[in-house]
Amino acid sequence: MGRYLPLIILLCLWQVLSSLGIVASYILPSPIEIAAGFWALLTVGMPPGHLLYYHILYSLYRVGLGFSIACALGIPLGLLMGWFPRFYRLFSPIIELVRPIPPLAWIPIAIVWLGIGIRSAAFIIFLGAFFPVLLNTASGVLSINPILIDAAKALSATQKDIFFKVLLPGSLPSIFIGMRVGMGVAWMTLVAAEFSGVKEGYGLGFMIMTARDIQRPDEILAGMFVIGMIGFIIDWLFRTWESSTRPWV
Amino acid sequence: MHLELIGIKKTFVDEKQGKETSAIAHIDLQIEGGQFISIVGPSGCGKSTLLRIISGLEKSFEGEVLLEGQKILKPEHEVGLVFQQYALFPWRTMCKNIEVGLEIMGMSKIERRTIAEEYIRLFGMNGFEDLYPSQLSGGMQQRVAIARTLIMNPKVVLMDEPFGSLDSQTRNDMQEFLMDLWQKRNVTIIFVTHNVDESVFLSDRIVVLSKRPARVLRIFEFDSPRPRDRTSKVANDIRREIIGILRQERIEPSSIGN
Repeated sequence: MGRYLPLIILLCLWQVLSSLGIVASYILPSPIEIAAGFWALLTVGMPPGHLLYYHILYSLYRVGLGFSIACALGIPLGLLMGWFPRFYRLFSPIIELVRPIPPLAWIPIAIVWLGIGIRSAAFIIFLGAFFPVLLNTASGVLSINPILIDAAKALSATQKDIFFKVLLPGSLPSIFIGMRVGMGVAWMTLVAAEFSGVKEGYGLGFMIMTARDIQRPDEILAGMFVIGMIGFIIDWLFRTWESSTRPWV
Repeated sequence: MHLELIGIKKTFVDEKQGKETSAIAHIDLQIEGGQFISIVGPSGCGKSTLLRIISGLEKSFEGEVLLEGQKILKPEHEVGLVFQQYALFPWRTMCKNIEVGLEIMGMSKIERRTIAEEYIRLFGMNGFEDLYPSQLSGGMQQRVAIARTLIMNPKVVLMDEPFGSLDSQTRNDMQEFLMDLWQKRNVTIIFVTHNVDESVFLSDRIVVLSKRPARVLRIFEFDSPRPRDRTSKVANDIRREIIGILRQERIEPSSIGN
Protein backbone atom coordinates (compact mmCIF):
# COMPACT_ATOMS: atom_id res chain seq x y z
CA MET A 1 0.00 0.00 0.00
CA GLY A 2 2.98 2.25 0.71
CA ARG A 3 3.77 2.71 -2.96
CA TYR A 4 0.45 4.46 -3.51
CA LEU A 5 1.17 7.02 -0.80
CA PRO A 6 2.65 9.68 -3.14
CA LEU A 7 -0.44 9.37 -5.35
CA ILE A 8 -2.77 9.80 -2.38
CA ILE A 9 -0.81 12.85 -1.18
CA LEU A 10 -0.98 14.35 -4.68
CA LEU A 11 -4.75 13.83 -4.86
CA CYS A 12 -5.23 15.43 -1.42
CA LEU A 13 -3.09 18.43 -2.40
CA TRP A 14 -5.00 18.78 -5.67
CA GLN A 15 -8.31 18.64 -3.77
CA VAL A 16 -7.15 21.30 -1.29
CA LEU A 17 -5.94 23.63 -4.06
CA SER A 18 -9.27 23.27 -5.84
CA SER A 19 -11.35 23.74 -2.70
CA LEU A 20 -9.45 26.94 -1.81
CA GLY A 21 -10.21 28.27 -5.30
CA ILE A 22 -6.51 28.55 -6.25
CA VAL A 23 -7.14 26.40 -9.34
CA ALA A 24 -10.32 27.27 -11.22
CA SER A 25 -12.59 24.26 -11.59
CA TYR A 26 -13.53 25.09 -15.20
CA ILE A 27 -9.86 24.52 -16.06
CA LEU A 28 -8.97 21.70 -13.68
CA PRO A 29 -11.87 20.19 -11.72
CA SER A 30 -11.05 18.69 -8.31
CA PRO A 31 -10.77 14.91 -7.82
CA ILE A 32 -14.17 14.87 -6.16
CA GLU A 33 -15.75 16.72 -9.09
CA ILE A 34 -14.10 14.27 -11.49
CA ALA A 35 -15.48 11.35 -9.46
CA ALA A 36 -18.92 12.97 -9.71
CA GLY A 37 -18.35 13.38 -13.46
CA PHE A 38 -17.54 9.68 -13.66
CA TRP A 39 -20.78 8.90 -11.86
CA ALA A 40 -22.67 11.14 -14.30
CA LEU A 41 -21.09 9.28 -17.23
CA LEU A 42 -22.30 6.01 -15.71
CA THR A 43 -25.83 7.10 -14.87
CA VAL A 44 -26.76 10.07 -17.09
CA GLY A 45 -24.47 9.55 -20.04
CA MET A 46 -22.67 11.90 -22.43
CA PRO A 47 -24.53 13.04 -24.45
CA PRO A 48 -27.40 12.31 -22.04
CA GLY A 49 -28.82 8.85 -22.59
CA HIS A 50 -25.53 7.54 -24.07
CA LEU A 51 -24.15 5.67 -21.08
CA LEU A 52 -20.44 5.03 -20.45
CA TYR A 53 -20.99 1.29 -20.61
CA TYR A 54 -22.04 1.50 -24.27
CA HIS A 55 -19.22 3.88 -25.17
CA ILE A 56 -16.77 1.32 -23.80
CA LEU A 57 -18.42 -1.54 -25.68
CA TYR A 58 -18.38 0.33 -28.98
CA SER A 59 -14.74 1.31 -28.54
CA LEU A 60 -13.74 -2.24 -27.64
CA TYR A 61 -15.65 -3.51 -30.65
CA ARG A 62 -13.78 -1.17 -33.01
CA VAL A 63 -10.40 -2.01 -31.48
CA GLY A 64 -11.24 -5.71 -31.41
CA LEU A 65 -12.13 -5.71 -35.08
CA GLY A 66 -9.11 -3.70 -36.29
CA PHE A 67 -6.71 -5.55 -34.02
CA SER A 68 -8.03 -8.99 -35.01
CA ILE A 69 -7.55 -8.21 -38.68
CA ALA A 70 -4.05 -6.88 -37.92
CA CYS A 71 -3.15 -10.16 -36.18
CA ALA A 72 -4.86 -12.35 -38.76
CA LEU A 73 -2.77 -10.75 -41.51
CA GLY A 74 0.33 -9.67 -39.60
CA ILE A 75 1.22 -12.96 -37.90
CA PRO A 76 1.09 -15.24 -40.99
CA LEU A 77 2.76 -12.63 -43.16
CA GLY A 78 5.42 -12.06 -40.51
CA LEU A 79 6.08 -15.81 -40.29
CA LEU A 80 6.43 -16.00 -44.06
CA MET A 81 8.75 -13.00 -44.15
CA GLY A 82 10.90 -14.43 -41.40
CA TRP A 83 11.14 -17.88 -42.98
CA PHE A 84 11.50 -17.08 -46.67
CA PRO A 85 14.17 -14.47 -47.44
CA ARG A 86 12.57 -13.97 -50.85
CA PHE A 87 9.31 -13.00 -49.21
CA TYR A 88 11.19 -10.61 -46.96
CA ARG A 89 12.92 -8.93 -49.89
CA LEU A 90 9.61 -8.66 -51.72
CA PHE A 91 7.63 -7.03 -48.92
CA SER A 92 10.13 -5.04 -46.92
CA PRO A 93 10.49 -2.06 -49.33
CA ILE A 94 6.71 -1.69 -49.46
CA ILE A 95 6.46 -1.91 -45.70
CA GLU A 96 9.29 0.55 -45.12
CA LEU A 97 7.49 3.02 -47.37
CA VAL A 98 4.04 2.72 -45.80
CA ARG A 99 5.02 2.24 -42.16
CA PRO A 100 6.29 5.79 -41.45
CA ILE A 101 2.90 7.27 -42.35
CA PRO A 102 1.15 7.85 -39.01
CA PRO A 103 -2.11 5.88 -38.82
CA LEU A 104 -3.98 9.12 -38.10
CA ALA A 105 -2.77 10.62 -41.38
CA TRP A 106 -4.85 7.94 -43.04
CA ILE A 107 -8.11 9.22 -41.53
CA PRO A 108 -9.10 11.53 -44.41
CA ILE A 109 -8.48 8.95 -47.12
CA ALA A 110 -10.09 6.24 -44.97
CA ILE A 111 -13.24 8.35 -44.83
CA VAL A 112 -13.13 8.88 -48.59
CA TRP A 113 -12.75 5.15 -49.19
CA LEU A 114 -14.89 3.68 -46.46
CA GLY A 115 -17.11 6.51 -45.23
CA ILE A 116 -17.58 7.49 -41.60
CA GLY A 117 -18.30 4.50 -39.42
CA ILE A 118 -16.99 1.24 -38.12
CA ARG A 119 -15.17 0.34 -41.32
CA SER A 120 -12.95 3.40 -41.45
CA ALA A 121 -12.34 3.31 -37.68
CA ALA A 122 -11.38 -0.36 -37.86
CA PHE A 123 -9.11 0.41 -40.80
CA ILE A 124 -7.22 3.10 -38.88
CA ILE A 125 -6.83 0.79 -35.88
CA PHE A 126 -5.72 -2.01 -38.16
CA LEU A 127 -2.96 0.24 -39.55
CA GLY A 128 -1.79 1.09 -36.05
CA ALA A 129 -1.57 -2.51 -34.88
CA PHE A 130 -0.49 -4.21 -38.09
CA PHE A 131 3.15 -3.09 -38.34
CA PRO A 132 4.22 -3.89 -34.77
CA VAL A 133 2.60 -7.34 -35.07
CA LEU A 134 4.13 -8.01 -38.48
CA LEU A 135 7.66 -6.82 -37.74
CA ASN A 136 7.91 -8.47 -34.32
CA THR A 137 6.68 -11.76 -35.74
CA ALA A 138 9.23 -11.63 -38.56
CA SER A 139 12.07 -10.75 -36.21
CA GLY A 140 10.92 -13.55 -33.88
CA VAL A 141 11.39 -16.09 -36.65
CA LEU A 142 14.75 -14.57 -37.61
CA SER A 143 15.91 -14.72 -34.00
CA ILE A 144 15.45 -18.50 -33.74
CA ASN A 145 18.81 -20.18 -33.32
CA PRO A 146 19.48 -21.97 -36.65
CA ILE A 147 20.90 -24.89 -34.70
CA LEU A 148 17.38 -25.68 -33.44
CA ILE A 149 16.20 -25.96 -37.03
CA ASP A 150 19.15 -28.27 -37.76
CA ALA A 151 18.29 -30.30 -34.67
CA ALA A 152 14.75 -30.79 -35.97
CA LYS A 153 16.03 -31.64 -39.45
CA ALA A 154 18.48 -34.17 -38.00
CA LEU A 155 15.41 -35.87 -36.50
CA SER A 156 13.89 -36.09 -39.99
CA ALA A 157 11.45 -33.22 -39.48
CA THR A 158 9.45 -32.16 -42.52
CA GLN A 159 8.88 -28.49 -43.42
CA LYS A 160 5.52 -28.76 -41.67
CA ASP A 161 7.12 -30.16 -38.49
CA ILE A 162 9.70 -27.40 -38.55
CA PHE A 163 6.96 -24.80 -38.87
CA PHE A 164 4.75 -26.08 -36.06
CA LYS A 165 7.37 -27.47 -33.70
CA VAL A 166 10.18 -24.93 -34.10
CA LEU A 167 9.23 -21.71 -35.90
CA LEU A 168 5.88 -21.12 -34.24
CA PRO A 169 6.84 -21.88 -30.61
CA GLY A 170 10.23 -20.21 -31.15
CA SER A 171 8.74 -16.97 -32.37
CA LEU A 172 5.86 -16.95 -29.88
CA PRO A 173 7.60 -14.64 -27.40
CA SER A 174 8.13 -12.04 -30.14
CA ILE A 175 4.60 -12.50 -31.45
CA PHE A 176 3.32 -11.66 -27.99
CA ILE A 177 5.48 -8.56 -27.80
CA GLY A 178 4.16 -7.52 -31.21
CA MET A 179 0.59 -8.06 -30.07
CA ARG A 180 1.11 -6.07 -26.88
CA VAL A 181 2.74 -3.17 -28.68
CA GLY A 182 0.15 -3.40 -31.47
CA MET A 183 -2.69 -3.34 -28.98
CA GLY A 184 -1.17 -0.31 -27.27
CA VAL A 185 -0.95 1.58 -30.55
CA ALA A 186 -4.44 0.40 -31.53
CA TRP A 187 -5.90 1.79 -28.33
CA MET A 188 -4.17 5.15 -28.82
CA THR A 189 -5.27 5.28 -32.43
CA LEU A 190 -8.86 4.43 -31.56
CA VAL A 191 -9.54 7.51 -29.51
CA ALA A 192 -8.16 9.78 -32.21
CA ALA A 193 -10.05 7.89 -34.90
CA GLU A 194 -13.24 8.50 -32.95
CA PHE A 195 -12.53 12.25 -32.73
CA SER A 196 -13.07 12.44 -36.44
CA GLY A 197 -16.63 11.35 -36.06
CA VAL A 198 -18.60 8.20 -35.51
CA LYS A 199 -21.92 7.34 -37.05
CA GLU A 200 -23.32 5.36 -34.15
CA GLY A 201 -22.94 8.14 -31.53
CA TYR A 202 -20.92 5.90 -29.25
CA GLY A 203 -17.24 5.55 -28.42
CA LEU A 204 -14.92 6.85 -25.73
CA GLY A 205 -13.19 9.32 -28.04
CA PHE A 206 -16.51 10.57 -29.25
CA MET A 207 -17.70 10.81 -25.64
CA ILE A 208 -14.89 13.09 -24.43
CA MET A 209 -15.13 15.27 -27.55
CA THR A 210 -18.85 15.71 -26.86
CA ALA A 211 -18.03 16.61 -23.24
CA ARG A 212 -15.66 19.27 -24.56
CA ASP A 213 -18.35 20.67 -26.87
CA ILE A 214 -20.58 21.32 -23.88
CA GLN A 215 -17.79 22.49 -21.55
CA ARG A 216 -17.65 19.63 -19.06
CA PRO A 217 -13.96 19.28 -18.08
CA ASP A 218 -14.93 16.95 -15.20
CA GLU A 219 -16.42 14.46 -17.62
CA ILE A 220 -13.53 14.90 -20.06
CA LEU A 221 -11.04 14.02 -17.32
CA ALA A 222 -13.19 11.15 -16.03
CA GLY A 223 -13.36 9.84 -19.61
CA MET A 224 -9.59 10.15 -20.00
CA PHE A 225 -9.16 8.20 -16.80
CA VAL A 226 -11.46 5.44 -18.10
CA ILE A 227 -9.52 5.26 -21.38
CA GLY A 228 -6.24 4.93 -19.48
CA MET A 229 -7.61 2.28 -17.14
CA ILE A 230 -8.96 0.15 -19.96
CA GLY A 231 -5.62 0.39 -21.80
CA PHE A 232 -3.89 -0.71 -18.62
CA ILE A 233 -6.29 -3.64 -18.08
CA ILE A 234 -5.88 -4.85 -21.67
CA ASP A 235 -2.10 -4.78 -21.32
CA TRP A 236 -2.33 -6.62 -18.02
CA LEU A 237 -4.53 -9.29 -19.61
CA PHE A 238 -1.95 -9.72 -22.39
CA ARG A 239 0.90 -10.05 -19.93
CA THR A 240 -1.03 -12.65 -17.92
CA TRP A 241 -1.89 -14.59 -21.06
CA GLU A 242 1.70 -14.33 -22.25
CA SER A 243 3.24 -15.67 -19.06
CA SER A 244 0.73 -18.50 -18.89
CA THR A 245 1.73 -19.65 -22.39
CA ARG A 246 5.46 -19.36 -21.78
CA PRO A 247 6.23 -21.29 -18.63
CA TRP A 248 9.82 -21.97 -19.73
CA VAL A 249 10.95 -18.39 -19.24
CA MET B 1 32.03 -52.02 -44.34
CA HIS B 2 29.54 -50.24 -42.13
CA LEU B 3 30.11 -46.57 -42.85
CA GLU B 4 32.23 -45.31 -45.72
CA LEU B 5 33.31 -41.81 -46.59
CA ILE B 6 34.59 -41.72 -50.15
CA GLY B 7 36.43 -38.73 -51.54
CA ILE B 8 34.66 -36.16 -49.39
CA LYS B 9 35.46 -32.64 -50.47
CA LYS B 10 33.73 -29.45 -49.44
CA THR B 11 34.12 -25.91 -50.69
CA PHE B 12 32.19 -22.95 -49.32
CA VAL B 13 31.22 -20.38 -51.91
CA ASP B 14 30.68 -16.79 -50.87
CA GLU B 15 28.36 -15.58 -53.59
CA LYS B 16 28.62 -11.91 -52.70
CA GLN B 17 32.38 -11.74 -52.99
CA GLY B 18 32.67 -14.60 -55.48
CA LYS B 19 35.21 -16.22 -53.20
CA GLU B 20 35.69 -19.92 -52.67
CA THR B 21 37.07 -21.37 -49.46
CA SER B 22 38.03 -24.99 -49.28
CA ALA B 23 36.97 -26.53 -45.97
CA ILE B 24 37.68 -30.19 -46.63
CA ALA B 25 40.40 -31.07 -49.14
CA HIS B 26 39.88 -34.81 -49.32
CA ILE B 27 38.75 -37.40 -46.81
CA ASP B 28 38.41 -41.15 -47.23
CA LEU B 29 37.41 -43.13 -44.18
CA GLN B 30 36.12 -46.63 -43.49
CA ILE B 31 34.40 -47.28 -40.21
CA GLU B 32 33.39 -50.65 -38.80
CA GLY B 33 30.07 -51.15 -37.05
CA GLY B 34 30.07 -50.55 -33.30
CA GLN B 35 33.36 -48.67 -33.26
CA PHE B 36 34.08 -45.56 -31.25
CA ILE B 37 35.91 -43.12 -33.50
CA SER B 38 37.24 -39.74 -32.46
CA ILE B 39 38.10 -37.01 -34.88
CA VAL B 40 40.59 -34.46 -33.62
CA GLY B 41 42.14 -31.55 -35.43
CA PRO B 42 43.03 -27.89 -35.08
CA SER B 43 40.06 -25.64 -34.40
CA GLY B 44 38.23 -24.49 -37.50
CA CYS B 45 39.59 -27.38 -39.56
CA GLY B 46 36.22 -28.53 -40.83
CA LYS B 47 35.38 -31.21 -38.24
CA SER B 48 31.85 -29.94 -37.71
CA THR B 49 31.34 -29.61 -41.45
CA LEU B 50 32.34 -33.26 -41.84
CA LEU B 51 29.71 -34.31 -39.29
CA ARG B 52 27.07 -32.23 -41.03
CA ILE B 53 27.93 -34.01 -44.26
CA ILE B 54 27.69 -37.48 -42.69
CA SER B 55 24.39 -36.58 -41.01
CA GLY B 56 22.82 -35.57 -44.32
CA LEU B 57 22.25 -31.96 -43.20
CA GLU B 58 24.86 -30.61 -45.58
CA LYS B 59 23.85 -31.41 -49.11
CA SER B 60 26.37 -29.63 -51.32
CA PHE B 61 29.67 -31.49 -51.26
CA GLU B 62 31.70 -33.80 -53.43
CA GLY B 63 32.08 -37.49 -52.71
CA GLU B 64 29.81 -40.05 -51.12
CA VAL B 65 28.71 -41.16 -47.69
CA LEU B 66 27.59 -44.78 -47.63
CA LEU B 67 25.86 -46.45 -44.71
CA GLU B 68 25.80 -50.21 -45.28
CA GLY B 69 26.17 -49.54 -48.96
CA GLN B 70 23.31 -47.03 -49.09
CA LYS B 71 24.04 -43.45 -49.99
CA ILE B 72 23.03 -40.90 -47.34
CA LEU B 73 21.31 -38.01 -49.10
CA LYS B 74 19.22 -36.51 -46.29
CA PRO B 75 18.91 -36.86 -42.50
CA GLU B 76 17.73 -40.35 -41.60
CA HIS B 77 16.81 -42.15 -38.39
CA GLU B 78 19.84 -44.44 -38.78
CA VAL B 79 22.15 -41.49 -38.19
CA GLY B 80 21.77 -39.31 -35.10
CA LEU B 81 23.50 -36.01 -34.40
CA VAL B 82 24.31 -34.51 -31.00
CA PHE B 83 25.15 -30.83 -31.13
CA GLN B 84 27.80 -28.86 -29.36
CA GLN B 85 25.43 -26.45 -27.61
CA TYR B 86 22.87 -29.16 -26.83
CA ALA B 87 20.29 -27.56 -29.17
CA LEU B 88 17.37 -28.44 -26.91
CA PHE B 89 14.03 -26.81 -27.60
CA PRO B 90 13.67 -24.27 -24.77
CA TRP B 91 9.86 -24.37 -24.93
CA ARG B 92 9.67 -28.12 -24.36
CA THR B 93 10.04 -29.86 -21.04
CA MET B 94 12.88 -32.34 -20.60
CA CYS B 95 10.59 -35.27 -21.30
CA LYS B 96 9.08 -33.63 -24.38
CA ASN B 97 12.54 -32.83 -25.73
CA ILE B 98 13.44 -36.49 -25.49
CA GLU B 99 10.18 -37.47 -27.19
CA VAL B 100 10.37 -35.01 -30.06
CA GLY B 101 11.84 -37.41 -32.63
CA LEU B 102 9.18 -40.01 -31.93
CA GLU B 103 6.56 -37.27 -32.16
CA ILE B 104 7.89 -36.30 -35.60
CA MET B 105 7.70 -39.99 -36.58
CA GLY B 106 4.00 -39.87 -35.70
CA MET B 107 4.08 -42.21 -32.72
CA SER B 108 1.14 -41.97 -30.29
CA LYS B 109 1.45 -39.96 -27.10
CA ILE B 110 1.23 -42.93 -24.72
CA GLU B 111 3.70 -45.03 -26.67
CA ARG B 112 6.34 -42.33 -26.88
CA ARG B 113 5.92 -41.39 -23.24
CA THR B 114 6.55 -45.01 -22.23
CA ILE B 115 9.77 -45.14 -24.27
CA ALA B 116 10.91 -41.73 -23.05
CA GLU B 117 10.42 -42.79 -19.43
CA GLU B 118 12.63 -45.80 -20.05
CA TYR B 119 15.40 -43.50 -21.28
CA ILE B 120 14.94 -41.07 -18.43
CA ARG B 121 15.43 -43.96 -16.01
CA LEU B 122 18.43 -45.28 -17.94
CA PHE B 123 20.01 -41.81 -17.92
CA GLY B 124 19.30 -41.29 -14.22
CA MET B 125 17.15 -38.23 -14.75
CA ASN B 126 14.00 -39.26 -12.86
CA GLY B 127 12.16 -36.41 -11.21
CA PHE B 128 13.24 -33.78 -13.74
CA GLU B 129 10.77 -34.73 -16.49
CA ASP B 130 8.70 -31.57 -16.30
CA LEU B 131 11.53 -29.08 -16.03
CA TYR B 132 12.54 -26.91 -18.97
CA PRO B 133 16.11 -26.98 -20.37
CA SER B 134 16.92 -23.61 -18.79
CA GLN B 135 16.23 -25.17 -15.39
CA LEU B 136 18.66 -28.07 -15.92
CA SER B 137 22.43 -28.18 -15.34
CA GLY B 138 24.80 -28.34 -18.34
CA GLY B 139 25.56 -32.02 -17.77
CA MET B 140 21.88 -32.85 -17.54
CA GLN B 141 21.08 -30.85 -20.69
CA GLN B 142 23.70 -32.79 -22.60
CA ARG B 143 22.28 -36.08 -21.32
CA VAL B 144 18.86 -34.97 -22.57
CA ALA B 145 20.39 -34.19 -25.96
CA ILE B 146 22.01 -37.63 -26.11
CA ALA B 147 18.78 -39.33 -25.03
CA ARG B 148 16.86 -37.40 -27.69
CA THR B 149 19.21 -38.84 -30.31
CA LEU B 150 19.49 -42.40 -28.96
CA ILE B 151 15.73 -42.82 -28.58
CA MET B 152 15.54 -42.98 -32.39
CA ASN B 153 17.71 -46.10 -32.28
CA PRO B 154 20.35 -44.86 -34.70
CA LYS B 155 23.11 -47.14 -35.97
CA VAL B 156 25.53 -44.24 -36.03
CA VAL B 157 25.69 -41.38 -33.54
CA LEU B 158 27.62 -38.28 -34.52
CA MET B 159 28.72 -36.06 -31.65
CA ASP B 160 30.08 -32.58 -32.25
CA GLU B 161 32.25 -31.59 -29.28
CA PRO B 162 29.39 -32.59 -26.99
CA PHE B 163 31.23 -31.97 -23.73
CA GLY B 164 33.06 -28.83 -24.84
CA SER B 165 31.19 -26.45 -22.57
CA LEU B 166 31.15 -28.61 -19.43
CA ASP B 167 33.47 -28.12 -16.46
CA SER B 168 36.21 -30.73 -16.22
CA GLN B 169 34.58 -32.79 -13.46
CA THR B 170 31.23 -33.03 -15.22
CA ARG B 171 33.12 -33.72 -18.40
CA ASN B 172 34.85 -36.75 -16.88
CA ASP B 173 31.55 -38.01 -15.52
CA MET B 174 29.92 -37.63 -18.90
CA GLN B 175 32.77 -39.44 -20.65
CA GLU B 176 32.34 -42.38 -18.31
CA PHE B 177 28.59 -42.26 -18.74
CA LEU B 178 28.97 -42.27 -22.53
CA MET B 179 31.46 -45.15 -22.42
CA ASP B 180 29.03 -47.16 -20.35
CA LEU B 181 26.19 -46.39 -22.72
CA TRP B 182 28.23 -47.25 -25.80
CA GLN B 183 29.29 -50.59 -24.34
CA LYS B 184 25.67 -51.54 -23.64
CA ARG B 185 24.45 -50.74 -27.14
CA ASN B 186 25.73 -51.79 -30.50
CA VAL B 187 26.14 -48.31 -31.89
CA THR B 188 28.88 -46.62 -33.88
CA ILE B 189 29.98 -43.31 -32.42
CA ILE B 190 31.86 -40.64 -34.32
CA PHE B 191 33.03 -38.15 -31.77
CA VAL B 192 34.48 -34.81 -32.76
CA THR B 193 36.62 -33.12 -30.14
CA HIS B 194 39.54 -30.78 -29.78
CA ASN B 195 40.40 -32.41 -26.49
CA VAL B 196 43.12 -35.01 -27.06
CA ASP B 197 42.77 -36.56 -23.56
CA GLU B 198 39.12 -37.15 -24.20
CA SER B 199 39.73 -38.87 -27.53
CA VAL B 200 42.40 -41.15 -26.01
CA PHE B 201 40.13 -42.08 -23.11
CA LEU B 202 37.17 -42.95 -25.31
CA SER B 203 38.18 -44.20 -28.74
CA ASP B 204 39.04 -47.34 -30.65
CA ARG B 205 40.42 -45.17 -33.40
CA ILE B 206 41.53 -41.58 -33.45
CA VAL B 207 41.52 -39.75 -36.75
CA VAL B 208 43.80 -36.70 -36.77
CA LEU B 209 42.87 -34.07 -39.34
CA SER B 210 45.07 -31.37 -40.78
CA LYS B 211 44.20 -27.71 -40.52
CA ARG B 212 41.80 -26.30 -43.06
CA PRO B 213 41.32 -27.54 -45.76
CA ALA B 214 41.05 -30.80 -43.88
CA ARG B 215 42.57 -34.09 -44.84
CA VAL B 216 43.50 -37.13 -42.76
CA LEU B 217 47.00 -36.85 -41.28
CA ARG B 218 47.14 -39.98 -39.18
CA ILE B 219 44.87 -42.67 -37.81
CA PHE B 220 45.69 -44.18 -34.44
CA GLU B 221 44.33 -47.60 -33.50
CA PHE B 222 44.02 -47.99 -29.78
CA ASP B 223 42.59 -51.22 -28.41
CA SER B 224 43.42 -51.14 -24.73
CA PRO B 225 40.57 -52.55 -22.63
CA ARG B 226 38.00 -50.45 -20.85
CA PRO B 227 37.54 -48.90 -18.40
CA ARG B 228 40.73 -47.13 -19.31
CA ASP B 229 43.32 -45.64 -17.08
CA ARG B 230 43.63 -42.02 -18.14
CA THR B 231 47.31 -41.93 -17.21
CA SER B 232 48.60 -45.29 -18.46
CA LYS B 233 51.83 -45.34 -20.46
CA VAL B 234 50.17 -46.33 -23.76
CA ALA B 235 47.61 -43.54 -23.36
CA ASN B 236 50.35 -41.03 -22.61
CA ASP B 237 52.40 -42.10 -25.62
CA ILE B 238 49.50 -41.70 -28.02
CA ARG B 239 48.56 -38.42 -26.44
CA ARG B 240 52.09 -37.08 -26.79
CA GLU B 241 52.23 -38.09 -30.41
CA ILE B 242 48.88 -36.51 -31.32
CA ILE B 243 49.70 -33.30 -29.48
CA GLY B 244 52.98 -33.19 -31.40
CA ILE B 245 51.23 -33.54 -34.74
CA LEU B 246 48.71 -30.85 -33.86
CA ARG B 247 51.43 -28.47 -32.71
CA GLN B 248 53.26 -29.00 -35.99
CA GLU B 249 50.01 -28.20 -37.81
CA ARG B 250 49.67 -24.92 -35.97
CA ILE B 251 53.13 -23.61 -36.72
CA GLU B 252 53.65 -24.58 -40.36
CA PRO B 253 51.66 -25.49 -43.46
CA SER B 254 50.64 -29.13 -43.36
CA SER B 255 53.62 -31.16 -44.54
CA ILE B 256 53.56 -34.32 -42.50
CA GLY B 257 51.47 -37.42 -42.85
CA ASN B 258 49.58 -38.45 -45.92
